[in-house]
Amino acid sequence: MKVIKTYLDYAATTPVDPRVLKAMLPYFTEKFGNSVSLHSFGEEAKRALEKSRSIMAKTLNAKNENEIIFTSSATESNNLAIKGMAFANQNKGKHIIISSIEHSCVLNSAEWLKKQGFKITKIKVDKYGVINPKEIEKAIRKDTILISIIHANNEIGTIEPIEEIGNICEKKKIYFHTDAVQSFAKIPIDVQKMRVDLLTASSHKLYGPKGAALLYIKKGTNIEPLIHGGDHEFGLRASTVNVPAIVGFGKTVEICEKEMKKESKRLSKLRDKLINGVLKKISDSYLNGHPKKRLPNNTNFRFSYVEGEAILMDLNSYGIAGSSGSACSSEKLEPSHVLLACGLRPEQAHGSLRLTMGRWTKEKDINYTLKILPKTIKKLRKISPYVQ
Amino acid sequence: MYNKKVLQHFKSPHNFGKIKNPDGIGKVGNIICGDVMWIYIKIGNNKKGEEIIKDIKFETYGCVAALASSSIVTDLAKGKTIEQALKINQEEMIKSLGGLPPIKTHCSILAVDALLEAIYDYSIKNKKIISKELEKHHKRVEREEKIIEEKYKEWS
Repeated sequence: MKVIKTYLDYAATTPVDPRVLKAMLPYFTEKFGNSVSLHSFGEEAKRALEKSRSIMAKTLNAKNENEIIFTSSATESNNLAIKGMAFANQNKGKHIIISSIEHSCVLNSAEWLKKQGFKITKIKVDKYGVINPKEIEKAIRKDTILISIIHANNEIGTIEPIEEIGNICEKKKIYFHTDAVQSFAKIPIDVQKMRVDLLTASSHKLYGPKGAALLYIKKGTNIEPLIHGGDHEFGLRASTVNVPAIVGFGKTVEICEKEMKKESKRLSKLRDKLINGVLKKISDSYLNGHPKKRLPNNTNFRFSYVEGEAILMDLNSYGIAGSSGSACSSEKLEPSHVLLACGLRPEQAHGSLRLTMGRWTKEKDINYTLKILPKTIKKLRKISPYVQ
Repeated sequence: MYNKKVLQHFKSPHNFGKIKNPDGIGKVGNIICGDVMWIYIKIGNNKKGEEIIKDIKFETYGCVAALASSSIVTDLAKGKTIEQALKINQEEMIKSLGGLPPIKTHCSILAVDALLEAIYDYSIKNKKIISKELEKHHKRVEREEKIIEEKYKEWS
């Protein structure tokens, strides 16, 4: 059988769009200046940096361009948001609320803060991974200084009621951060409407280069930097600025924003075709995450009696790239905390498969996957002791 | 991550399936952990009258390493005398696979465990003399099962 390279792991990372690469290239060579230098070389870099900042502010509907801080990765942005807020506001209290389905960089930042004497409350989710804002309201204490809730989950694609949570936070005067890595420039985001004080987004999930991300910090928010040095990024993130990557980040967000409506419609159609096809063609298969409140490009399934790493590697032999929340496919050998938080048993999480689509996913990719995946599951079930 | 040989065994595993009325079954692993292996054996005699593993089959739930290990261990054991089969160990198996990623070696232990448990099961059922080593091995498998059950108590 002919192997057809089929990349369905866009939630992990994406290729750089050629238009983005073209915009970046001059900033490696002739426009190489340091954005803080005063001469013309520096000015040129600074102009490019500020153009990207302005694109981000516009896309997020931030009031002020100075509310955007560029960092090297979403992990860094989330670390800055969680730890920087904790350090700056600990005189007011040491209680932080997060959800049980945060990305590991939020989860582990919070776990680390626990060791420094902070108190962490993890909000539970329902079986679709949806957070109930009322649960957050109930968890708020006098000493709560920060609430951080993921906008759309990276594994199951469930979209959280950020605006409702934002309203609660505003009413209770508690800082609110959201990790919008999977949703930014894919679905509409308005930081003013959503009432968020901090927001994380990343470039490489959006056809931009790796090594660029942002943290939106609303004016007046009390935060401590984690990286000390020069005065870059308004003193909140020292380090020579990675201008080429940020130029690429800006360019890609500009494109994504322009194409968002059409692209999200196109991807939603492919997503639903894949979901319906899989559930119809494969017995004992289930959808993880919410059937409606989910990212346009995310699918996440589970199959009884088979293990996820084996599914991935069999698909890989046909050229199909996906990911899994099984213990065997993780470095820690633990099943996905997100799937367990949704109430799945470990053996159900072991049988999970995430397929995420993007700009270059075509209908023929979905058709090919719908041809191969049932074969893969059938083959592995033949070997499994749990199938009679 | 995996070498060619491992992937070959994974893609086209040898000796998978059930044996009807097996002489011995070894069931090891825990689905909560992510790997379960069942090995079935049929015992016969060679020309010298020694007992041999005439047929062997496996059923495995697990990752690539677990599936490939199951396949190779059945290859190694098939046609061997019981005495020879008892000598199969993890090192030999990993070597026959051309190596496994370090993080995956623990999956391969299960394959040897399942084989020895199947021989143990046959020996008990047929009132054969059980060597000290096989007894020790059986006790270790039992102990490990208890530890895992204890670890995943909340899920039982």
